Amino acid sequence: MKKYKCDLCGYVYDPAAGDPDNGVAPGTAFESLPDDWVCPLCGAEKDDFSPA
Amino acid sequence: METVYEAVKINEYIYWVGAIDWNARDFHGYSTNRGTTYNAFLVLADKITLIDTVKEPFRNEMLSRISSIIDPGEISYIISNHSEMDHSGCLPEIIDLVKPEKVYASRMGVKTLSGHFHTIEDLIAVKDGDSISLGNMDVNFIETKMLHWPDSMFSYLPADKLLFSNDAFGMHLASNERYADEIDDYILKYEGEKYFSNILLPYSSLVLKLLDKVKSIGLEIDMILPDHGPIWRTKEDIDKIFNYYTFWAEQKPTKKAVILFDTMWGSTEKMAHVISEGLINNNIEVHLLPMKTTHRSDAVKEILACGALIVGSSTLNNNMLPAMADVMTYIKGLRPQNLIGASFGSYGWSGEAVGQVENMLKDMGVDVVDESIKAQYVPNVDDLARCFNLGKTIAEKLNSM
Repeated sequence: MKKYKCDLCGYVYDPAAGDPDNGVAPGTAFESLPDDWVCPLCGAEKDDFSPA
Repeated sequence: METVYEAVKINEYIYWVGAIDWNARDFHGYSTNRGTTYNAFLVLADKITLIDTVKEPFRNEMLSRISSIIDPGEISYIISNHSEMDHSGCLPEIIDLVKPEKVYASRMGVKTLSGHFHTIEDLIAVKDGDSISLGNMDVNFIETKMLHWPDSMFSYLPADKLLFSNDAFGMHLASNERYADEIDDYILKYEGEKYFSNILLPYSSLVLKLLDKVKSIGLEIDMILPDHGPIWRTKEDIDKIFNYYTFWAEQKPTKKAVILFDTMWGSTEKMAHVISEGLINNNIEVHLLPMKTTHRSDAVKEILACGALIVGSSTLNNNMLPAMADVMTYIKGLRPQNLIGASFGSYGWSGEAVGQVENMLKDMGVDVVDESIKAQYVPNVDDLARCFNLGKTIAEKLNSM
C-alpha cells in the first residue's frame, strides 16, 4: 500500500501505521480514508496529499 | 486605566486599535531592526467585532485605543485570524473582560488556541468559504493553511472589499504612519523581502496557489490590512505587493550570488573574496556575508532573489564553525528552491567542514555545480586560482540560464 505525503507540511501517511489517534486503524489504505479525514499535523485535506 | 492611545480611523466603521512595538529587535530568531506593530481592527457593525488582538504586554495600549471610541464591553464578536501569540497573546484576557457573544477561529485555530491557552472555551470553528453576519454586513472566511501556520485564515468584508490578511502581506516595521503610501518604497521593499524570506519562503507554492485562487474567484480587493506593518490601500500598492509576492514565491534564479562564510584566521575569508572576484569579473552581482557579523535573517533576505549560494567554513574540532551550523540549519528550514552552489574552506589537518557544508547544500536541494575547494592552512596561488575559477564557473552557469 502506498504512502502519501502532505503537500502543506510534509507529514507522511503510512498505511501500515494508520492514524489511530484519529480513529484510523493500521492497515488502512489512503484511498480508504474517509473523505473528511485531514492531516493530523496541519489540517490539510486529502486533496492536498500526493503519493510519497 | 490610562486612555492616552487613540484609535486610528480607517473608514466610517473600521478603526485600527493595535500596538506599535518600537523596541522589538528579536522575533524568534529574526532580527527586527525597525521594530514592529501588532495590528488589530475594530469593525463598528451592528455586532461590533474585534479582528485579532495583540501581544500580551501591549494589551493596555490596545484597550486604550478601543476605549477611545467605544466601551470595550460593547464588543460582540472576536475573530482570531491567527493563533500565534503576537496576535493572540491577550485574547483570553480580552474575552474575560468584554465577555463577547462569540469568538471565531478556523478549525485548526480552535485547536491551536486551546493548546496555547488551556482555559479558553466555546470557540466557534469556521472553515474556508464560511460567512457570518454582523447584522448590517458580512464577513467571509478564506482559510490559508500553512501561510504560515495550520490555523491561518483571512477575513474578507465584501461591503468595502477589505481583506484582513493577518501575517500575509505584512512586515515588521514600527511607524506612526499606518499606510504603505506614506512610507518610503525602499523600506517597504526591504522589510517586505525580509519578511517573506524569513516567514513565508518554505510555503512559496502555497503563496502561488493562493494568488491564483484570489484571481480565479474574482475576489475584488480595495484594501489589504495585515497584522504587521502598513496597510495597502491604493490600487498601485495592492498590485505592487501582489507582484512582489509572485516574484518572490516563483523563486526564479537571478544573476546574483550570495557567499556566506566564517573564518578563524582569515584563510576561508580570503578564499571567499577571491571567489567573489571571479563572479564579479563575469558580471554577477555578489553579496559577500561574513557570518560573524551578519544576522541569519539578513543572510536569508539576500538569498531570496539569488541564483547561487556558495558557503565556506573552516573546520573546528571536526565540524563546521558554529556560526555556519546556525545559518545553514536556518536556511535548510526555509527550503529555498532553484539554487546552484558550492562549498569551500581552509583547514588544518582533518577538514570535515567543507564536506559537511556540501552535504547540507545537497540536502537542501541546491544543485552543487563544482567540486568543493579545500586549502590547507593558508591558501597558496593555486588554491586561489581554483577559487577564482569557481566564481567564473558559477557565473557562466548563471549567465546561461
